[in-house]
Amino acid sequence: MQGAIDTLNAAPLWLVVLIKSAVLLLVVVTTFAYAMLFERKVMGWMQLRPGPNRVGPWGLMQPAADAAKLILKEDLTPKTADRLIYRLAPFISLLTAFSVYAIIPFGASASGPWAIGNVNAGILFLLAITSLGVYGISLGGWASGSKYPLLGSVRSTAQMISYELSMSLSFVGVLIIAGTTSLDGIVNAQLHWWFFITQCVGFVIYVITAVAETNRAPFDLVEAETELVAGFHTEYSGLRFGLFFIAEYVNMLTVSCIATLLFLGGWNAPFGMTVVPGIVWFLIKVATFMFFYIWLRSTLPRMRYDRLMAFGWKVLLPVATLNVIATAIYVAFKG
Amino acid sequence: MRKNLYNVGAILKGLSITFAFMFKKKPTIEYPSVKKQHAPRFHGLHELRRYADGKERCIGCELCSSACPANAITVIGAENTPEDRTSPGERHAARYEIDELRCIFCGMCEEACPTDAIVLTPRFEMADYRRGSFIYAKDRLLVPPGAGLGPAPDERPNGIPSDLGRVAEVKSTMDIAQGYSATNRGETLKTQRKGLAP
Repeated sequence: MQGAIDTLNAAPLWLVVLIKSAVLLLVVVTTFAYAMLFERKVMGWMQLRPGPNRVGPWGLMQPAADAAKLILKEDLTPKTADRLIYRLAPFISLLTAFSVYAIIPFGASASGPWAIGNVNAGILFLLAITSLGVYGISLGGWASGSKYPLLGSVRSTAQMISYELSMSLSFVGVLIIAGTTSLDGIVNAQLHWWFFITQCVGFVIYVITAVAETNRAPFDLVEAETELVAGFHTEYSGLRFGLFFIAEYVNMLTVSCIATLLFLGGWNAPFGMTVVPGIVWFLIKVATFMFFYIWLRSTLPRMRYDRLMAFGWKVLLPVATLNVIATAIYVAFKG
Repeated sequence: MRKNLYNVGAILKGLSITFAFMFKKKPTIEYPSVKKQHAPRFHGLHELRRYADGKERCIGCELCSSACPANAITVIGAENTPEDRTSPGERHAARYEIDELRCIFCGMCEEACPTDAIVLTPRFEMADYRRGSFIYAKDRLLVPPGAGLGPAPDERPNGIPSDLGRVAEVKSTMDIAQGYSATNRGETLKTQRKGLAP
């Protein structure tokens, strides 16, 4: 083991990064596949159904079957579509969704956090990349040359911009307390009090905006079936639809990871239970957050669009701002 | 403000309800591997019964055909000859065909039959790819010679096909509720028998 680590340390940086990226990519894609199955199972249980259970024991091979189906289906391009952008859009979504994982740390060792790149302005990078994700959705909807996708993408742009503000502000409170923008620094600042206690308002705002940012129910107006068929991906089929699908779930996973890092203490063990390694705690917290997502989806109906906007601008934004001001005042006088 | 707090409470209540539902027993019957238990008087695919000596019960009287509200049954009778006695009486059914697509599974044929020859079994898996294959003739309706008598309408156990006719291989894994007391219909049929039953 030590020999392997030494060899790894001696290897050129690009090779190390390449290997790490490949491994992480595999892990994330597998997690996506089973997150999807988990969602269908949990949703099923909550709706008094057993959920998918035909493929393999307990339906464990369902993701493989879904993947095979999506790959084999015909990949249509509408006549009115802007071909290049239409074909490119899913990749933009997927690329931005995956690239966030370059800086997310999953645990810590003596030599530093377990991440591909340890960026000291981690949160800024994170916000920048996740904001780019909206391009995939809005360009895909626009380039489809069809009215429902266009409406979906217009909605997504407006929704993302409105909720991104409150989301960033909910980060600011954490940053003020932690005094750093690097993700492992923020986790280390939560050794005693996790920020979802000290920043409870910020946490609630983050949870709400995170659901809106990833276009999930009850804020899934971008792909509202009742009004917009399937929203921005109405015209997509086959693998390209699959890529949007992966991007959505990977974004969910990203948002859960961020919630864990910023508010739930990252890989810190609760109540001093350090027997269990940090990575396990990290995964448990991420899974809990993912479960909450699914739970919300199977409980709440979709919001009306004007109420979504009113809620974002008239409730979340003022509350987030007040939270930042209050935190700043507290830190200025106490710290 | 109070209304908003009330709404937050409503969301929490909703969340608690869905959470509790997660652990409830699911009413799903996983159909191909588990089958639903039918009502005792379930009306399914038809069957033509035999007597203990292997002779057909049907005497080709066409009462079922005339009782059928959907005009699904076609019977063409023929005389029995001393050399070839298909049924104990004078006549037998040379052709007996039921169009299961027309059939409404009302059971009138069963009630009209003077010899309890035609009965409705609880079998219901008749799906096929061609319309033509829904016209069931004697080759599929008649209990095969080696398969016993076929159950009397009032002797059928609770929704379980008791024979293994050629129509559908039965692979039911459901719990078999053994025996049930004869229904009113069974009693009526018993009293209406005209001395022909063994």
